[in-house]
Amino acid sequence: MATTTTAPGRVGVRMKVNGVDYAAEVEPRLLLVSFLRDNLGLTGTHIGCDTSQCGACVIHLDGQPVKSCTLFAVQADGAELTTIEGIAKNGEYDAVQMGFWEMHGLQCGYCTPGMIMTANAFLDRNPNPTEAEIRHALEGNLCRCTGYQNIVKAVQYAAKQRAGGAMEAGSGTDLDFEHKDVIEHAPEDLQDWGDQLAGQEER
Amino acid sequence: MFPNQFEYHRPSSVQAAAGLLAADPDAKLLAGGHSLIPAMKLRLASPSSLVDLGGVDGLTGIDASGPIKIGAMTTYAAIRDSRELKSALPILAEAADNVGDPAVQARGTIGGALAHSDPAADYTAIFLALDGSVEVTGTNGARTIAADDLFVDLFTTALAPDEIITSVSFPALDGAGTAYEKFRHPASGYAVVGVAVKIATGSDGKVESARVAVTGATSKATRATAAEEALQGKTLDDAAIDAAAAVAGNGLEINGDHFASEEYRRHLVSVLTGRALRKAAQT
Ligand SMILES: Cc1cc2nc3c(=O)[nH]c(=O)nc-3n(C[C@H](O)[C@H](O)[C@H](O)COP(=O)(O)OP(=O)(O)OC[C@H]3O[C@@H](n4cnc5c(N)ncnc54)[C@H](O)[C@@H]3O)c2cc1C
Ligand code: FES
Ligand code: FES
Repeated sequence: MATTTTAPGRVGVRMKVNGVDYAAEVEPRLLLVSFLRDNLGLTGTHIGCDTSQCGACVIHLDGQPVKSCTLFAVQADGAELTTIEGIAKNGEYDAVQMGFWEMHGLQCGYCTPGMIMTANAFLDRNPNPTEAEIRHALEGNLCRCTGYQNIVKAVQYAAKQRAGGAMEAGSGTDLDFEHKDVIEHAPEDLQDWGDQLAGQEER
Repeated sequence: MFPNQFEYHRPSSVQAAAGLLAADPDAKLLAGGHSLIPAMKLRLASPSSLVDLGGVDGLTGIDASGPIKIGAMTTYAAIRDSRELKSALPILAEAADNVGDPAVQARGTIGGALAHSDPAADYTAIFLALDGSVEVTGTNGARTIAADDLFVDLFTTALAPDEIITSVSFPALDGAGTAYEKFRHPASGYAVVGVAVKIATGSDGKVESARVAVTGATSKATRATAAEEALQGKTLDDAAIDAAAAVAGNGLEINGDHFASEEYRRHLVSVLTGRALRKAAQT
């Protein structure tokens, strides 16, 4: 039998996470997401629903996208894992991360790590997807903010970038204001803020 | 939420796994864990020990050179991406792409899907329509269970507590037409209703054998025998398809819940039977 029970009720696990080898003794019921976040301090992987539905916790296990809230850490014994912390290489964002940046693919950012992990695994499998295929691939990742439109564009951007072409920065966003518009209207103090709010209807 | 505590075993052989199951009546097998772990986290299930099949070699893989044989621990993702299956049994690969989402597909296994007998699962109906069988091993040895005998009730199969599905087999298609049509639950992806069909026609174009299986509507995947009988000996034209679809729900005990009433599900059984038959007629 392969199991080596090292302390009563505890099981030894080894795994490679983002290229680093780890060994630990864990309770069998410890969820992989908790192992990553609490034991290894890799808090980029989020817990959204904890009921296997939202995809905020998606990581790669031996190259496949998996919901780390629906795996026990012991099941990942011997596996190679990549989390969102392992996606950027040498301080450079990868194509999917750039897509989210350029196409305004996030608002609060809570779903973003899972989205990026799912999108990356999907583009490995289907490098030249249609919009419908992208939407289908992201069915297990829920976003409460964006309405998905710009997430789809972010993945399209990444597919193009990965294929060597580059989509024009900003061309995917639906926002027709520039940052400086916002800054011009930024209130100077509370009084100014109140005045601006009061005058808003007229503007 | 964390599940209750349990003892964890990772045996390296099917025999050892069967022994562990026999030794503890409250033990559960762990395959992909995508039905079991969510239930454990909600404490709907609290097994005293888990016997993880992940350490057993030889339970994954697809052989489609003659009759199709798939290891019980083969994931939906492996089935979805299998070139062999895309030509030998495309219905299986296509349906895998519509189970849950890619992360569910990466972990969920064909053995787990059948052993769980979830009333809303996809592969149960497909397995029934394709007239598959499972090879199982227990402490008393191995046996084969035919599709028609596997599902007993809601979450209940003909497996003994110490029996493990080791592989799932399907006869080669031999020109038969197949299709699976489901009405996806918009949130979970499970089948509100799903209908799988396999239709073999003779050289005269008349239906020689028809298997129609329904999931989502009944407490376990069930054959729609009224539709099957209506098709027997007919040419698979619009009139025959409409007649079979109209009676597809006859004789089935259909459930209603807060997602879909009994009446609505009964209607879906007819509609999806019609769609599946039309698709099968073209393959
Ligand atoms: C978010 C989400 C969406 C889903 N959507 C769908 C969907 O659209 N359609 C669908 O059909 N399913 C869906 N599923 C369920 C998924 O397909 C499950 O993975 C599958 O039903 C069970 O397979 P498993 O390998 O995960 O089994 P596990 O969860 O590991 O086990 C399930 C049960 O089967 C037993 N078992 C497992 N393997 C064997 C074996 N080899 N021999 C004997 N007993 C065994 C276990 O003891 C347990 O009781 C979804 C699941 C999730 C989490
Ligand atoms: S936290 Fe894992 S799917 Fe939502
Ligand atoms: S950006 Fe807020 S949940 Fe997606």
